Amino acid sequence: MLDSLIIGAGPAGLAAAVASARQGLRVRVVDEFYQPGGRLLGQLHQEPDGTWWNGLAEAARLQQEAVEAGAEIRCGVSVFHVTRQDTSWIVSTSEGVMEASMLLIATGASETPVPIPGWTLPGVMSIGAAQVMTNVQRVRVGTRGVIIGINILSVAIARELLLAEVKVDRMILPAHSVISGDASHPVAVMQSMLRIAHLAPSPLIRMGSKWMKSTWMQRLGTALYPSRGFSMWGIPIQLRTAALAIIGVNQVEGVRIAHITPDGQPVSGTEQIIPADFVCIAGELSPLAELAAVAGCPFAYVPSLGGHIPIHNERMQTPLDGLYVAGNITGIESAKVALAQGTAAGMSMAFSHGSLRDPHVLSDSIKQIEIVRNNATLQFHPGIRAGRMQVGLMAAERSL
Amino acid sequence: MNARIMKHPILGERDPGKTMQFTFNGCAYSALEGETVAAALLASGIRTLRVHEEKGTPRGMYCNIGHCYECRVTINGIPTVRACMTLVEESMIVEAGTVLPTPLQKGGHHGCLIP
Ligand SMILES: Cc1cc2nc3c(=O)[nH]c(=O)nc-3n(C[C@H](O)[C@H](O)[C@H](O)COP(=O)(O)OP(=O)(O)OC[C@H]3O[C@@H](n4cnc5c(N)ncnc54)[C@H](O)[C@@H]3O)c2cc1C
Ligand code: FES
Repeated sequence: MLDSLIIGAGPAGLAAAVASARQGLRVRVVDEFYQPGGRLLGQLHQEPDGTWWNGLAEAARLQQEAVEAGAEIRCGVSVFHVTRQDTSWIVSTSEGVMEASMLLIATGASETPVPIPGWTLPGVMSIGAAQVMTNVQRVRVGTRGVIIGINILSVAIARELLLAEVKVDRMILPAHSVISGDASHPVAVMQSMLRIAHLAPSPLIRMGSKWMKSTWMQRLGTALYPSRGFSMWGIPIQLRTAALAIIGVNQVEGVRIAHITPDGQPVSGTEQIIPADFVCIAGELSPLAELAAVAGCPFAYVPSLGGHIPIHNERMQTPLDGLYVAGNITGIESAKVALAQGTAAGMSMAFSHGSLRDPHVLSDSIKQIEIVRNNATLQFHPGIRAGRMQVGLMAAERSL
Repeated sequence: MNARIMKHPILGERDPGKTMQFTFNGCAYSALEGETVAAALLASGIRTLRVHEEKGTPRGMYCNIGHCYECRVTINGIPTVRACMTLVEESMIVEAGTVLPTPLQKGGHHGCLIP
Protein backbone atom coordinates (compact mmCIF):
# COMPACT_ATOMS: atom_id res chain seq x y z
CA MET A 1 0.00 0.00 0.00
CA LEU A 2 1.05 3.58 -0.65
CA ASP A 3 2.09 5.71 2.31
CA SER A 4 0.73 8.80 0.65
CA LEU A 5 -1.50 9.57 -2.30
CA ILE A 6 -1.44 13.15 -3.53
CA ILE A 7 -4.33 14.49 -5.61
CA GLY A 8 -3.15 17.33 -7.86
CA ALA A 9 0.26 17.78 -9.50
CA GLY A 10 0.37 21.57 -9.15
CA PRO A 11 3.20 23.27 -7.26
CA ALA A 12 1.70 22.17 -3.90
CA GLY A 13 1.25 18.50 -4.84
CA LEU A 14 4.62 18.19 -6.58
CA ALA A 15 6.52 19.91 -3.76
CA ALA A 16 4.82 17.62 -1.24
CA ALA A 17 5.83 14.61 -3.33
CA VAL A 18 9.45 15.77 -3.43
CA ALA A 19 9.59 16.37 0.34
CA SER A 20 7.85 13.18 1.44
CA ALA A 21 9.52 10.87 -1.10
CA ARG A 22 12.92 12.20 -0.02
CA GLN A 23 12.06 11.11 3.54
CA GLY A 24 11.47 7.58 2.27
CA LEU A 25 7.68 7.50 1.89
CA ARG A 26 6.03 5.54 -0.93
CA VAL A 27 4.28 8.36 -2.78
CA ARG A 28 2.01 8.60 -5.81
CA VAL A 29 0.69 11.81 -7.37
CA VAL A 30 -2.38 11.73 -9.63
CA ASP A 31 -3.65 14.56 -11.81
CA GLU A 32 -6.38 14.68 -14.45
CA PHE A 33 -4.42 16.99 -16.77
CA TYR A 34 -2.15 15.35 -19.35
CA GLN A 35 0.95 17.04 -17.98
CA PRO A 36 2.08 17.73 -14.40
CA GLY A 37 2.35 21.34 -13.16
CA GLY A 38 -1.22 22.49 -12.52
CA ARG A 39 -1.81 26.22 -12.95
CA LEU A 40 1.95 26.71 -12.84
CA LEU A 41 2.14 25.57 -16.48
CA GLY A 42 0.64 28.73 -17.95
CA GLN A 43 2.35 31.26 -15.68
CA LEU A 44 4.72 33.77 -17.21
CA HIS A 45 5.36 37.06 -15.50
CA GLN A 46 8.15 39.46 -14.87
CA GLU A 47 9.35 40.03 -11.32
CA PRO A 48 10.07 43.63 -10.23
CA ASP A 49 13.81 42.86 -10.64
CA GLY A 50 13.22 42.12 -14.34
CA THR A 51 13.64 38.32 -14.22
CA TRP A 52 10.88 36.09 -15.62
CA TRP A 53 8.82 33.61 -13.63
CA ASN A 54 8.50 30.82 -16.16
CA GLY A 55 5.94 28.36 -14.79
CA LEU A 56 6.56 25.74 -17.48
CA ALA A 57 10.23 25.54 -16.51
CA GLU A 58 9.35 25.48 -12.78
CA ALA A 59 6.89 22.64 -13.37
CA ALA A 60 9.48 20.62 -15.31
CA ARG A 61 12.02 21.13 -12.51
CA LEU A 62 9.56 20.02 -9.80
CA GLN A 63 8.48 17.00 -11.84
CA GLN A 64 12.09 15.91 -12.28
CA GLU A 65 12.86 16.35 -8.57
CA ALA A 66 9.78 14.34 -7.60
CA VAL A 67 10.64 11.48 -9.94
CA GLU A 68 14.27 11.49 -8.81
CA ALA A 69 13.12 11.34 -5.19
CA GLY A 70 11.19 8.18 -6.08
CA ALA A 71 7.62 9.50 -6.33
CA GLU A 72 5.34 8.13 -9.02
CA ILE A 73 3.34 10.65 -11.11
CA ARG A 74 0.26 9.54 -13.02
CA CYS A 75 -1.47 12.01 -15.33
CA GLY A 76 -4.86 11.69 -17.00
CA VAL A 77 -6.39 10.32 -13.77
CA SER A 78 -9.53 12.04 -12.41
CA VAL A 79 -10.46 11.49 -8.78
CA PHE A 80 -14.18 11.54 -8.06
CA HIS A 81 -14.55 10.04 -4.58
CA VAL A 82 -12.54 9.57 -1.40
CA THR A 83 -13.49 7.74 1.78
CA ARG A 84 -11.73 6.55 4.93
CA GLN A 85 -11.91 2.82 5.68
CA ASP A 86 -10.27 1.49 8.85
CA THR A 87 -6.73 2.82 8.64
CA SER A 88 -6.56 3.83 5.00
CA TRP A 89 -8.03 6.16 2.40
CA ILE A 90 -9.88 4.60 -0.51
CA VAL A 91 -9.71 6.80 -3.57
CA SER A 92 -11.99 6.20 -6.58
CA THR A 93 -10.50 7.39 -9.86
CA SER A 94 -11.15 7.14 -13.58
CA GLU A 95 -8.34 4.54 -13.60
CA GLY A 96 -9.68 2.42 -10.75
CA VAL A 97 -9.49 2.39 -6.96
CA MET A 98 -6.32 3.37 -5.12
CA GLU A 99 -5.48 2.97 -1.45
CA ALA A 100 -3.08 4.89 0.80
CA SER A 101 -2.61 5.48 4.52
CA MET A 102 -2.38 9.24 4.04
CA LEU A 103 -4.13 11.48 1.53
CA LEU A 104 -3.11 14.98 0.46
CA ILE A 105 -5.69 17.00 -1.46
CA ALA A 106 -3.93 19.69 -3.50
CA THR A 107 -6.55 20.38 -6.16
CA GLY A 108 -5.89 24.12 -6.40
CA ALA A 109 -8.44 26.73 -7.38
CA SER A 110 -11.08 27.37 -10.01
CA GLU A 111 -12.21 30.59 -11.61
CA THR A 112 -15.53 32.04 -10.52
CA PRO A 113 -17.46 32.75 -13.70
CA VAL A 114 -19.14 36.14 -14.22
CA PRO A 115 -22.12 35.43 -16.47
CA ILE A 116 -22.76 38.15 -19.05
CA PRO A 117 -25.46 37.96 -21.75
CA GLY A 118 -23.95 36.10 -24.71
CA TRP A 119 -21.25 34.39 -22.67
CA THR A 120 -22.01 30.90 -23.99
CA LEU A 121 -20.97 31.87 -27.53
CA PRO A 122 -17.91 30.03 -28.86
CA GLY A 123 -14.97 32.42 -28.56
CA VAL A 124 -15.87 33.45 -25.00
CA MET A 125 -13.53 31.88 -22.47
CA SER A 126 -12.21 32.35 -18.96
CA ILE A 127 -9.01 34.35 -18.68
CA GLY A 128 -7.20 31.22 -17.44
CA ALA A 129 -8.28 29.34 -20.57
CA ALA A 130 -6.53 31.94 -22.71
CA GLN A 131 -3.42 31.67 -20.54
CA VAL A 132 -3.15 27.90 -20.99
CA MET A 133 -4.01 28.02 -24.72
CA THR A 134 -1.33 30.66 -25.31
CA ASN A 135 1.55 29.47 -23.14
CA VAL A 136 0.98 25.72 -22.90
CA GLN A 137 -0.79 24.69 -26.10
CA ARG A 138 0.75 27.59 -28.03
CA VAL A 139 -2.31 28.46 -30.12
CA ARG A 140 -3.59 32.04 -30.44
CA VAL A 141 -7.10 32.42 -29.07
CA GLY A 142 -8.04 35.00 -31.71
CA THR A 143 -6.95 38.12 -33.54
CA ARG A 144 -8.68 40.86 -31.56
CA GLY A 145 -10.13 40.39 -28.11
CA VAL A 146 -11.72 42.12 -25.18
CA ILE A 147 -10.97 41.21 -21.57
CA ILE A 148 -13.94 41.68 -19.24
CA GLY A 149 -12.84 41.98 -15.61
CA ILE A 150 -9.85 43.97 -14.38
CA ASN A 151 -7.87 42.27 -11.63
CA ILE A 152 -4.35 41.16 -10.85
CA LEU A 153 -4.74 37.93 -12.81
CA SER A 154 -6.30 39.42 -15.93
CA VAL A 155 -3.70 42.19 -16.14
CA ALA A 156 -0.89 39.62 -15.86
CA ILE A 157 -2.47 37.40 -18.53
CA ALA A 158 -3.18 40.37 -20.85
CA ARG A 159 0.55 40.89 -20.98
CA GLU A 160 1.11 37.19 -21.73
CA LEU A 161 -1.29 37.50 -24.69
CA LEU A 162 0.64 40.52 -25.88
CA LEU A 163 3.93 38.58 -25.73
CA ALA A 164 2.38 36.00 -28.08
CA GLU A 165 1.20 38.77 -30.42
CA VAL A 166 -2.47 38.35 -29.60
CA LYS A 167 -4.17 41.73 -29.82
CA VAL A 168 -6.15 42.77 -26.74
CA ASP A 169 -8.32 45.68 -27.84
CA ARG A 170 -9.10 46.80 -24.29
CA MET A 171 -9.82 45.67 -20.74
CA ILE A 172 -13.19 46.71 -19.29
CA LEU A 173 -15.46 45.89 -16.34
CA PRO A 174 -18.48 43.58 -16.35
CA ALA A 175 -21.77 45.50 -16.21
CA HIS A 176 -23.34 45.68 -12.77
CA SER A 177 -25.53 42.65 -11.95
CA VAL A 178 -26.78 40.87 -8.84
CA ILE A 179 -23.65 38.73 -8.72
CA SER A 180 -20.96 40.96 -10.19
CA GLY A 181 -20.23 42.61 -6.81
CA ASP A 182 -17.15 44.81 -6.54
CA ALA A 183 -15.86 43.64 -9.93
CA SER A 184 -18.20 46.11 -11.67
CA HIS A 185 -17.50 49.00 -9.29
CA PRO A 186 -14.80 51.35 -10.67
CA VAL A 187 -13.72 52.71 -7.28
CA ALA A 188 -13.39 49.23 -5.78
CA VAL A 189 -11.45 47.98 -8.80
CA MET A 190 -9.21 51.05 -8.64
CA GLN A 191 -8.44 50.26 -4.98
CA SER A 192 -7.46 46.69 -5.73
CA MET A 193 -5.38 47.76 -8.72
CA LEU A 194 -3.44 50.25 -6.59
CA ARG A 195 -2.12 47.32 -4.58
CA ILE A 196 -0.39 45.96 -7.66
CA ALA A 197 0.69 49.28 -9.14
CA HIS A 198 4.27 48.54 -8.04
CA LEU A 199 4.32 45.93 -10.82
CA ALA A 200 3.36 48.43 -13.51
CA PRO A 201 5.99 49.18 -16.13
CA SER A 202 5.14 52.87 -16.12
CA PRO A 203 6.81 55.01 -13.42
CA LEU A 204 3.87 57.37 -13.82
CA ILE A 205 1.40 54.75 -12.61
CA ARG A 206 3.74 53.70 -9.81
CA MET A 207 4.01 57.30 -8.65
CA GLY A 208 0.30 57.94 -9.09
CA SER A 209 -0.48 55.02 -6.83
CA LYS A 210 1.55 56.58 -4.00
CA TRP A 211 -0.48 59.76 -4.39
CA MET A 212 -3.79 57.99 -4.14
CA LYS A 213 -3.46 56.39 -0.74
CA SER A 214 -6.60 57.96 0.73
CA THR A 215 -10.09 56.86 -0.23
CA TRP A 216 -11.33 60.30 -1.25
CA MET A 217 -8.39 60.69 -3.61
CA GLN A 218 -9.19 57.31 -5.10
CA ARG A 219 -12.78 58.42 -5.64
CA LEU A 220 -11.61 61.62 -7.23
CA GLY A 221 -9.08 59.68 -9.29
CA THR A 222 -11.79 57.35 -10.55
CA ALA A 223 -14.11 60.26 -11.34
CA LEU A 224 -11.42 62.09 -13.27
CA TYR A 225 -10.20 58.89 -14.80
CA PRO A 226 -10.42 59.37 -18.58
CA SER A 227 -13.04 57.16 -20.16
CA ARG A 228 -10.44 56.29 -22.78
CA GLY A 229 -8.51 54.83 -19.85
CA PHE A 230 -4.78 54.62 -19.48
CA SER A 231 -2.71 51.93 -21.05
CA MET A 232 -0.42 49.34 -19.62
CA TRP A 233 1.98 47.73 -22.13
CA GLY A 234 -0.11 49.49 -24.77
CA ILE A 235 -3.36 47.78 -23.68
CA PRO A 236 -6.12 50.29 -22.83
CA ILE A 237 -7.45 49.63 -19.33
CA GLN A 238 -10.86 51.28 -19.09
CA LEU A 239 -12.22 51.40 -15.55
CA ARG A 240 -15.13 53.59 -16.68
CA THR A 241 -16.43 51.26 -19.40
CA ALA A 242 -18.55 48.14 -18.87
CA ALA A 243 -19.55 45.20 -21.05
CA LEU A 244 -23.33 44.98 -21.33
CA ALA A 245 -23.47 41.96 -23.63
CA ILE A 246 -21.39 39.78 -25.92
CA ILE A 247 -22.74 39.79 -29.47
CA GLY A 248 -22.61 37.15 -32.20
CA VAL A 249 -24.64 34.53 -34.05
CA ASN A 250 -22.49 31.41 -34.22
CA GLN A 251 -19.48 32.83 -32.41
CA VAL A 252 -18.24 36.07 -30.87
CA GLU A 253 -18.49 39.05 -33.20
CA GLY A 254 -18.32 41.95 -30.76
CA VAL A 255 -19.11 43.39 -27.36
CA ARG A 256 -21.77 45.97 -26.53
CA ILE A 257 -20.20 48.46 -24.14
CA ALA A 258 -21.19 51.68 -22.35
CA HIS A 259 -19.51 54.28 -20.17
CA ILE A 260 -20.25 53.93 -16.47
CA THR A 261 -20.28 56.35 -13.54
CA PRO A 262 -17.72 55.92 -10.70
CA ASP A 263 -20.44 53.87 -8.98
CA GLY A 264 -20.78 51.54 -11.94
CA GLN A 265 -24.08 52.81 -13.41
CA PRO A 266 -24.26 52.86 -17.23
CA VAL A 267 -24.45 56.36 -18.74
CA SER A 268 -27.35 56.47 -21.20
CA GLY A 269 -26.55 57.35 -24.78
CA THR A 270 -22.96 56.03 -24.59
CA GLU A 271 -23.65 52.51 -25.84
CA GLN A 272 -21.66 51.18 -28.75
CA ILE A 273 -20.57 47.85 -30.22
CA ILE A 274 -16.88 47.12 -30.63
CA PRO A 275 -15.72 44.25 -32.86
CA ALA A 276 -13.93 41.23 -31.36
CA ASP A 277 -13.39 37.58 -32.26
CA PHE A 278 -12.66 36.46 -28.72
CA VAL A 279 -13.62 37.55 -25.21
CA CYS A 280 -11.97 36.60 -21.93
CA ILE A 281 -13.98 36.79 -18.73
CA ALA A 282 -11.94 37.27 -15.58
CA GLY A 283 -13.65 36.50 -12.29
CA GLU A 284 -12.19 35.77 -8.90
CA LEU A 285 -10.55 32.49 -7.86
CA SER A 286 -11.97 30.13 -5.28
CA PRO A 287 -10.57 26.96 -3.69
CA LEU A 288 -11.50 23.71 -5.47
CA ALA A 289 -12.41 21.75 -2.36
CA GLU A 290 -15.20 19.31 -3.31
CA LEU A 291 -13.10 16.24 -2.53
CA ALA A 292 -12.41 17.49 1.01
CA ALA A 293 -16.17 18.00 1.43
CA VAL A 294 -16.87 14.48 0.14
CA ALA A 295 -14.32 13.16 2.65
CA GLY A 296 -16.34 14.80 5.42
CA CYS A 297 -13.81 17.48 6.35
CA PRO A 298 -15.23 20.50 8.24
CA PHE A 299 -14.96 23.87 6.48
CA ALA A 300 -14.61 27.54 7.39
CA TYR A 301 -15.98 30.35 5.24
CA VAL A 302 -13.19 32.92 4.85
CA PRO A 303 -13.78 35.47 2.05
CA SER A 304 -10.19 36.79 2.13
CA LEU A 305 -8.95 33.27 1.31
CA GLY A 306 -11.42 32.88 -1.54
CA GLY A 307 -14.38 31.10 0.08
CA HIS A 308 -14.90 27.77 1.84
CA ILE A 309 -11.64 26.40 3.26
CA PRO A 310 -11.08 22.90 4.71
CA ILE A 311 -10.05 23.47 8.33
CA HIS A 312 -6.36 22.67 8.80
CA ASN A 313 -3.50 23.47 11.15
CA GLU A 314 -0.05 24.85 10.28
CA ARG A 315 1.14 21.29 9.58
CA MET A 316 -1.51 21.16 6.83
CA GLN A 317 -3.45 18.44 8.73
CA THR A 318 -7.23 18.43 8.69
CA PRO A 319 -9.30 17.09 11.63
CA LEU A 320 -9.75 13.83 9.67
CA ASP A 321 -7.24 11.09 10.35
CA GLY A 322 -4.54 11.04 7.65
CA LEU A 323 -6.11 13.81 5.54
CA TYR A 324 -3.89 16.75 4.52
CA VAL A 325 -4.43 19.82 2.33
CA ALA A 326 -1.97 22.23 0.67
CA GLY A 327 -1.88 24.95 -1.94
CA ASN A 328 -4.80 27.00 -3.22
CA ILE A 329 -7.38 24.65 -1.68
CA THR A 330 -6.35 26.31 1.62
CA GLY A 331 -6.71 29.86 0.23
CA ILE A 332 -5.86 31.79 -2.92
CA GLU A 333 -2.20 32.76 -2.99
CA SER A 334 0.64 32.73 -5.47
CA ALA A 335 2.40 29.66 -6.82
CA LYS A 336 5.45 30.20 -4.60
CA VAL A 337 3.30 30.06 -1.46
CA ALA A 338 1.57 26.90 -2.76
CA LEU A 339 4.98 25.35 -3.30
CA ALA A 340 6.14 26.20 0.23
CA GLN A 341 2.89 24.80 1.67
CA GLY A 342 3.42 21.62 -0.33
CA THR A 343 6.89 21.15 1.13
CA ALA A 344 5.48 21.61 4.66
CA ALA A 345 2.68 19.10 3.95
CA GLY A 346 5.23 16.59 2.66
CA MET A 347 7.38 16.96 5.79
CA SER A 348 4.28 16.76 7.94
CA MET A 349 3.22 13.46 6.34
CA ALA A 350 6.76 12.13 6.83
CA PHE A 351 6.56 13.18 10.50
CA SER A 352 3.25 11.36 11.04
CA HIS A 353 4.70 8.34 9.29
CA GLY A 354 7.56 8.38 11.78
CA SER A 355 10.22 8.67 9.13
CA LEU A 356 11.29 12.29 9.61
CA ARG A 357 14.88 11.96 10.75
CA ASP A 358 15.20 15.58 11.90
CA PRO A 359 11.94 17.11 13.23
CA HIS A 360 13.40 20.61 12.78
CA VAL A 361 12.92 20.42 9.04
CA LEU A 362 9.16 20.36 9.61
CA SER A 363 9.12 23.52 11.75
CA ASP A 364 11.56 25.18 9.33
CA SER A 365 9.33 24.37 6.36
CA ILE A 366 6.36 25.92 8.21
CA LYS A 367 8.37 29.09 8.89
CA GLN A 368 9.41 29.16 5.25
CA ILE A 369 5.76 29.57 4.14
CA GLU A 370 5.56 32.88 5.99
CA ILE A 371 8.88 34.06 4.55
CA VAL A 372 7.73 33.28 1.00
CA ARG A 373 4.37 34.97 1.68
CA ASN A 374 6.12 38.15 2.83
CA ASN A 375 8.26 38.28 -0.31
CA ALA A 376 5.52 37.35 -2.80
CA THR A 377 5.15 39.77 -5.70
CA LEU A 378 1.58 38.71 -6.39
CA GLN A 379 -0.64 39.33 -3.36
CA PHE A 380 -4.12 38.13 -4.19
CA HIS A 381 -5.90 39.59 -1.13
CA PRO A 382 -4.83 42.08 1.58
CA GLY A 383 -6.67 40.06 4.25
CA ILE A 384 -4.77 36.80 3.73
CA ARG A 385 -2.97 36.82 7.09
CA ALA A 386 -6.12 37.55 9.10
CA GLY A 387 -7.94 34.81 7.16
CA ARG A 388 -5.20 32.30 7.85
CA MET A 389 -5.27 33.23 11.54
CA GLN A 390 -9.02 32.57 11.64
CA VAL A 391 -8.59 29.09 10.13
CA GLY A 392 -5.72 28.39 12.56
CA LEU A 393 -7.92 29.30 15.55
CA MET A 394 -10.70 27.03 14.29
CA ALA A 395 -8.19 24.21 13.98
CA ALA A 396 -6.96 24.90 17.54
CA GLU A 397 -10.55 24.74 18.83
CA ARG A 398 -10.64 21.22 17.51
CA SER A 399 -7.37 20.63 19.40
CA LEU A 400 -5.59 19.96 16.15
CA MET B 1 -2.94 34.69 -39.52
CA ASN B 2 -1.19 31.55 -38.42
CA ALA B 3 -2.82 30.68 -35.13
CA ARG B 4 0.09 28.54 -33.91
CA ILE B 5 2.69 30.33 -31.81
CA MET B 6 5.87 28.75 -33.12
CA LYS B 7 8.18 31.49 -31.83
CA HIS B 8 7.82 33.15 -28.44
CA PRO B 9 10.08 35.89 -27.05
CA ILE B 10 10.39 34.25 -23.60
CA LEU B 11 9.30 30.64 -24.06
CA GLY B 12 11.36 30.20 -27.23
CA GLU B 13 10.60 28.05 -30.26
CA ARG B 14 7.86 25.43 -30.15
CA ASP B 15 9.17 22.04 -31.24
CA PRO B 16 6.57 21.02 -33.87
CA GLY B 17 7.08 17.29 -33.16
CA LYS B 18 5.16 14.97 -35.42
CA THR B 19 2.02 16.01 -37.27
CA MET B 20 -1.09 13.89 -36.79
CA GLN B 21 -4.32 13.58 -38.74
CA PHE B 22 -7.74 13.33 -37.13
CA THR B 23 -11.34 13.96 -38.10
CA PHE B 24 -13.98 16.21 -36.58
CA ASN B 25 -17.54 15.59 -37.77
CA GLY B 26 -16.11 13.70 -40.73
CA CYS B 27 -13.72 16.45 -41.93
CA ALA B 28 -9.96 15.95 -41.82
CA TYR B 29 -7.71 18.19 -39.66
CA SER B 30 -4.12 18.04 -38.57
CA ALA B 31 -2.61 18.54 -35.14
CA LEU B 32 0.90 19.03 -33.83
CA GLU B 33 2.21 16.71 -31.16
CA GLY B 34 1.12 18.02 -27.75
CA GLU B 35 -2.05 19.72 -28.97
CA THR B 36 -5.35 18.93 -27.33
CA VAL B 37 -8.42 18.37 -29.49
CA ALA B 38 -9.65 21.86 -28.50
CA ALA B 39 -6.28 23.46 -29.38
CA ALA B 40 -5.89 21.69 -32.72
CA LEU B 41 -9.41 22.66 -33.79
CA LEU B 42 -8.92 26.25 -32.67
CA ALA B 43 -5.69 26.38 -34.69
CA SER B 44 -7.84 25.44 -37.72
CA GLY B 45 -10.37 28.15 -36.90
CA ILE B 46 -12.98 25.82 -35.38
CA ARG B 47 -14.52 27.20 -32.20
CA THR B 48 -17.83 25.34 -32.04
CA LEU B 49 -17.31 21.94 -30.41
CA ARG B 50 -20.95 21.01 -29.81
CA VAL B 51 -24.44 22.40 -29.69
CA HIS B 52 -26.58 22.66 -26.58
CA GLU B 53 -28.38 19.32 -26.17
CA GLU B 54 -31.78 20.97 -25.93
CA LYS B 55 -31.61 24.41 -27.55
CA GLY B 56 -29.14 23.63 -30.33
CA THR B 57 -27.12 26.80 -29.67
CA PRO B 58 -23.35 26.57 -30.33
CA ARG B 59 -20.84 25.96 -27.54
CA GLY B 60 -17.04 25.94 -27.39
CA MET B 61 -14.16 25.61 -25.00
CA TYR B 62 -14.61 27.80 -21.89
CA CYS B 63 -12.17 26.99 -19.05
CA ASN B 64 -9.59 24.89 -20.94
CA ILE B 65 -8.57 23.05 -17.75
CA GLY B 66 -11.27 20.45 -17.29
CA HIS B 67 -13.59 22.23 -14.87
CA CYS B 68 -16.65 23.25 -16.91
CA TYR B 69 -17.33 20.40 -19.40
CA GLU B 70 -18.44 22.96 -22.02
CA CYS B 71 -16.03 21.30 -24.49
CA ARG B 72 -17.49 17.79 -24.22
CA VAL B 73 -17.30 15.77 -27.46
CA THR B 74 -17.43 12.14 -28.54
CA ILE B 75 -13.99 10.65 -29.19
CA ASN B 76 -13.60 7.25 -30.88
CA GLY B 77 -17.19 6.49 -29.87
CA ILE B 78 -16.84 7.47 -26.22
CA PRO B 79 -19.23 10.32 -25.30
CA THR B 80 -18.65 13.24 -22.91
CA VAL B 81 -14.89 13.44 -23.29
CA ARG B 82 -13.34 16.84 -22.56
CA ALA B 83 -11.70 18.21 -25.72
CA CYS B 84 -9.51 20.53 -23.61
CA MET B 85 -7.98 17.66 -21.61
CA THR B 86 -7.45 15.14 -24.43
CA LEU B 87 -4.34 15.12 -26.59
CA VAL B 88 -4.93 14.38 -30.27
CA GLU B 89 -3.81 10.91 -31.35
CA GLU B 90 -3.27 9.71 -34.90
CA SER B 91 -6.56 8.90 -36.73
CA MET B 92 -8.72 9.99 -33.80
CA ILE B 93 -12.42 10.35 -34.64
CA VAL B 94 -14.01 13.34 -32.92
CA GLU B 95 -17.70 14.18 -33.15
CA ALA B 96 -19.57 17.22 -31.88
CA GLY B 97 -22.51 16.79 -29.53
CA THR B 98 -25.92 17.21 -31.16
CA VAL B 99 -29.44 18.08 -30.04
CA LEU B 100 -30.99 15.27 -27.99
CA PRO B 101 -34.67 14.28 -27.88
CA THR B 102 -36.84 15.88 -25.17
CA PRO B 103 -40.05 13.85 -25.62
CA LEU B 104 -41.32 14.43 -22.06
CA GLN B 105 -41.12 18.20 -22.23
CA LYS B 106 -44.05 20.38 -23.26
CA GLY B 107 -43.38 21.30 -26.87
CA GLY B 108 -40.41 18.89 -26.82
CA HIS B 109 -39.52 16.60 -29.66
CA HIS B 110 -38.65 12.93 -30.27
CA GLY B 111 -35.24 11.91 -31.48
CA CYS B 112 -36.72 10.60 -34.75
CA LEU B 113 -37.84 14.09 -35.76
CA ILE B 114 -34.28 15.36 -35.89
CA PRO B 115 -32.71 15.18 -39.33
C1 LIG C 1 -6.47 30.50 -14.18
C2 LIG C 1 -5.48 30.71 -13.08
C3 LIG C 1 -4.33 31.46 -13.33
C4 LIG C 1 -3.41 31.69 -12.32
N1 LIG C 1 -2.29 32.43 -12.60
C5 LIG C 1 -1.38 32.66 -11.63
C6 LIG C 1 -0.19 33.40 -11.90
O1 LIG C 1 0.00 33.90 -13.02
N2 LIG C 1 0.72 33.54 -10.89
C7 LIG C 1 0.51 33.00 -9.64
O2 LIG C 1 1.38 33.12 -8.77
N3 LIG C 1 -0.61 32.32 -9.36
C8 LIG C 1 -1.56 32.14 -10.32
N4 LIG C 1 -2.70 31.42 -10.03
C9 LIG C 1 -2.90 30.93 -8.67
C10 LIG C 1 -2.55 29.44 -8.69
O3 LIG C 1 -3.67 28.77 -8.28
C11 LIG C 1 -1.30 29.16 -7.88
O4 LIG C 1 -0.24 29.87 -8.43
C12 LIG C 1 -0.87 27.68 -7.87
O5 LIG C 1 -0.82 27.11 -9.16
C13 LIG C 1 -1.72 26.86 -6.97
O6 LIG C 1 -1.10 25.63 -6.84
P1 LIG C 1 -1.84 24.32 -6.36
O7 LIG C 1 -0.80 23.27 -6.36
O8 LIG C 1 -2.56 24.61 -5.11
O9 LIG C 1 -2.95 24.03 -7.46
P2 LIG C 1 -2.93 23.95 -9.05
O10 LIG C 1 -1.70 24.50 -9.60
O11 LIG C 1 -4.21 24.52 -9.49
O12 LIG C 1 -2.95 22.37 -9.32
C14 LIG C 1 -4.05 21.57 -9.00
C15 LIG C 1 -4.04 20.34 -9.86
O13 LIG C 1 -5.01 19.44 -9.38
C16 LIG C 1 -5.62 18.79 -10.46
N5 LIG C 1 -6.94 18.32 -10.04
C17 LIG C 1 -7.96 19.07 -9.54
N6 LIG C 1 -9.01 18.30 -9.26
C18 LIG C 1 -8.66 17.03 -9.59
C19 LIG C 1 -9.34 15.78 -9.51
N7 LIG C 1 -10.59 15.67 -9.02
N8 LIG C 1 -8.70 14.67 -9.96
C20 LIG C 1 -7.43 14.77 -10.45
N9 LIG C 1 -6.74 15.92 -10.52
C21 LIG C 1 -7.35 17.04 -10.09
C22 LIG C 1 -5.66 19.82 -11.56
O14 LIG C 1 -5.72 19.21 -12.83
C23 LIG C 1 -4.38 20.61 -11.32
O15 LIG C 1 -3.34 20.17 -12.15
C24 LIG C 1 -3.64 31.16 -11.03
C25 LIG C 1 -4.78 30.40 -10.80
C26 LIG C 1 -5.70 30.17 -11.80
C27 LIG C 1 -6.94 29.33 -11.51
S1 FES D 1 -13.35 23.81 -21.57
FE1 FES D 1 -14.01 23.53 -19.54
S2 FES D 1 -13.83 21.38 -19.36
FE2 FES D 1 -12.98 21.75 -21.30
